[in-house]
Amino acid sequence: MEILTFEYPSAPLALAGQPALCGVVGSGNLEILIRAGERPDYCRIRIHTSARGFGEIWQAVIGEFAAGNAAGGTEIAINDMGATPAIVSLRLVQTLAEYAGERQ
Amino acid sequence: MNAPLSRNWDSLRQSRRDRLARAASQDFARAVPADRIVDLLEAVILPGDRVCLEGNNQKQADFLAESLADCDPARLNNLQMVQSVLALPSHVDLFERGLASRLDFSFSGPQGGRLAKLVQERRIEIGAIHTYLELFGRYFMDLTPNVALIAAQAADAEGNLYLGPNTEDTPAIVEATAFKGGIVIAQVNERLDKLPRVDIPADWVDFTVQAPHPNYIEPLFTRDPAQITEVQVLMAMMAIKGIYAEYGVTRLNHGIGFDTAAIELLLPTYAAELGLKGKICTHWALNPHPTLIPAIESGFVESVHSFGSEVGMEAYVAARSDVFFTGADGSMRSNRAFCQTAGLYACDMFIGSTLQMDLAGNSSTATLGRIAGFGGAPNMGSDPHGRRHVSPAWLKAGREAGGANAVRGRKLVVQMVETFREHMAPVFVEELDAWKLQAAMGAELPPIMIYGDDVSHVVTEEGIANLLLCRTPEEREQAIRGVAGYTAVGLGRDRRTVENLRDRGIIRRPQDLGIDPRMASRDLLAARSVKDLVRWSDGLYAPPARFRNW
Amino acid sequence: MKRDFNLRRSWFEASARARLAGLLDAGSGKELLPPAAAEPSPHLAALGLPGAFDDGVVVGSGRLAGRPVLFAAQEGQFMGGGVGEIHGAKIVGLLRRALREGPDAVLLLLDSGGVRLHEANAGLIAISEIMRAVLAVRAAGIPVIGLIGGSCGAFGGMGIVAKLCSHLVISEEGRLALSGPEVIETVAGVEEFDARDRALVWRVTGGKHRFLMGDCQAFVDDDPAAFRAAVEALLAESPVDVDELAQLRRQQAALTQRLAVFGQCRDGLEVWQALGVAAPENVPMLDARALVSLKEGLSA
Repeated sequence: MEILTFEYPSAPLALAGQPALCGVVGSGNLEILIRAGERPDYCRIRIHTSARGFGEIWQAVIGEFAAGNAAGGTEIAINDMGATPAIVSLRLVQTLAEYAGERQ
Repeated sequence: MNAPLSRNWDSLRQSRRDRLARAASQDFARAVPADRIVDLLEAVILPGDRVCLEGNNQKQADFLAESLADCDPARLNNLQMVQSVLALPSHVDLFERGLASRLDFSFSGPQGGRLAKLVQERRIEIGAIHTYLELFGRYFMDLTPNVALIAAQAADAEGNLYLGPNTEDTPAIVEATAFKGGIVIAQVNERLDKLPRVDIPADWVDFTVQAPHPNYIEPLFTRDPAQITEVQVLMAMMAIKGIYAEYGVTRLNHGIGFDTAAIELLLPTYAAELGLKGKICTHWALNPHPTLIPAIESGFVESVHSFGSEVGMEAYVAARSDVFFTGADGSMRSNRAFCQTAGLYACDMFIGSTLQMDLAGNSSTATLGRIAGFGGAPNMGSDPHGRRHVSPAWLKAGREAGGANAVRGRKLVVQMVETFREHMAPVFVEELDAWKLQAAMGAELPPIMIYGDDVSHVVTEEGIANLLLCRTPEEREQAIRGVAGYTAVGLGRDRRTVENLRDRGIIRRPQDLGIDPRMASRDLLAARSVKDLVRWSDGLYAPPARFRNW
Repeated sequence: MKRDFNLRRSWFEASARARLAGLLDAGSGKELLPPAAAEPSPHLAALGLPGAFDDGVVVGSGRLAGRPVLFAAQEGQFMGGGVGEIHGAKIVGLLRRALREGPDAVLLLLDSGGVRLHEANAGLIAISEIMRAVLAVRAAGIPVIGLIGGSCGAFGGMGIVAKLCSHLVISEEGRLALSGPEVIETVAGVEEFDARDRALVWRVTGGKHRFLMGDCQAFVDDDPAAFRAAVEALLAESPVDVDELAQLRRQQAALTQRLAVFGQCRDGLEVWQALGVAAPENVPMLDARALVSLKEGLSA
């Protein structure tokens, strides 16, 4: 297992909601928990992943997420069982939408 | 002027007479008992013969293959094998036991590893790796079999054959063999007084043998909808909206895989919602995929011609004879040679998946240490320069590639891949493994499945790249990098060029197509389990045990 | 569309939380120890494996048809629903809470292969604690209703827990047994049991077989609404039954009899034939309603 921590500037999220959880820690899948963080213009992310050696890819995926979405003021925790970047990106936007109170 | 050549002009017929006489002298009639099959094979086959062993990725003349492998290498050797697929252990046994020495084939599937080892040990000589159509073509040119060993469902007392739904390669093989002085031996699953229909007339068949077990058939085209992922649903939505709808694709072929199964299952839901029923996907060159059942039942599909059948689909196909090709008896008649021809010349689109793609768009499923071949995929996934008839999709693609005054159309050849496969193996690579494989095997060419210049579109979770609109090799490369996600190839993109390609509509993201990735849910699939497919079929589809959880 | 399958939600496919959303009165579910308040398993972390915030089980309270219930829902997609230390403690804690709060029922949404092998000792102890707690809750007059329809079924220790419940609701996709098919094949050989023959696996452990044998009280479609309706019906019958000694003796005698009658059968098909089913080969394709009426016909 590898533990990765990132912190990225991100546009502040207007309102902080209840903690939101998406996904399941199953093979090729992951769970993402978003809750309120401390710095309104930063997004903090902590990842536990079963797949070692993909830090650069995580960094690219998370960096693009933080730049492309208003995720400031959040703390994001991820438990990963080898999800592909496509699944990670999808889950991140799903969880953020739920956290922001959007109904899909 | 030269003197007329003095020679015997019917040596093949004479040889055939001798072989049949040898069999007769050992008391063989047309119906051969299973326990004497090895004696028959040793009587009618000669060392150095070209032998066609029927077997594809579906049905297999497995009893005859095992029996041939049991022959005495002191009597039968140096055989030149021609066969569509090298799939069974007995196929490789022929070479390991010294019966056969040379192989011309199309696809090796599960035996790819053993085959590579034999090549490296120089115990097998490979003539060439073909596509199915090329191999069938050569049966009528320079690779005509002396003996064909085939599989049929049933024989009657005269020796007429009923091939059942899995007609597959048999007509092509028998035609080439029976009309060029060859011997045709058929293994059959049963003997019947009256056949449901005659697929091969008795005077093209010399011997029949009832095999102790029904011939093996692999359910190769069954995909369990339960395994389709949200990302595959997303890519399927993009393909339907960004390609099928845009070009109005009505005649097409789908590869095997979950990516295209997702498209099939989105037709009655997502595509119907977009108002595409009757406008896309009406005519197919396709095996009877169980995942096509909901689209058929929803009235999307007018016609399906098949390479072979699919295990469990027999009753459904028979009950939908308006859609499928069936005999007067009601059962399906497939035909690989004709369906491959339809796929090559009569389809406006091929869409399939691959394991690797390089910066030029070349793709391959070849992996190190295995010689696999590609069966029919290169024919399906190529733009045939021999096509002349026009369709809106073909014309639109041709004009995108060649401008308004283009003199020809283009077939849409679409590669649909998630940027990473399982275990985070990147699909997009700087160099295909095919090149290393070529070096290791001493082959003339790397085993490339679909050439990059035939590819019109690449679909990934990141977007669609339209390669037809690219004007330079550099643009093509950036268009591919621009949908290659977080792979090293994707991260190596030139961001400005990619944004420019996006502005020109060469790269389109889900948002550009009006698709919210969060909407990509498995709930959109018309069936989410094999059981759902059975329900859609009104209980006519009978899936094999391994696909059931009831 | 000719048949509208999109309105149908699958229990089998749904996550534990999605099952609860379909089972309980809308908006009534309250999680105890929600993900943001919980800790993943320290045992998995020590082995270098990522855990889940809820350790694979969602526990809490809610209402079903207006009646107060407590629930524990196992997540089969995480570690095969395996019972680890925290996972087990959450279920035990919930059952003990039931003794204090006295809900109308405790619902166990089972989806588990049994003990989580990575923390086997803690898991084994946890399962024995769950068994004891289930019996204590039942002894207090509170029904414990097991719901089985997930991808992992109810096997191993959780198979035993299932059989300790007051009532079981099962779908065709659900499975209930002690040893899993792969375990039997590994121990006894493929001739004894071919675990890859999925149709056979379901004929021997699947919901239809369990219902026909009388091991489960309700048989439902693979749909949260169907599970909900079955639980609602059971609650309406106020189904409190404490196993008295005499009743246990009757059950033991029935099991002995069952072994004598069916012991030589090799397949569910043979068992159903012996039960008097006219066309056993048709059973796998029957829908829930048809199977229930078939069963009623057998009992008559």
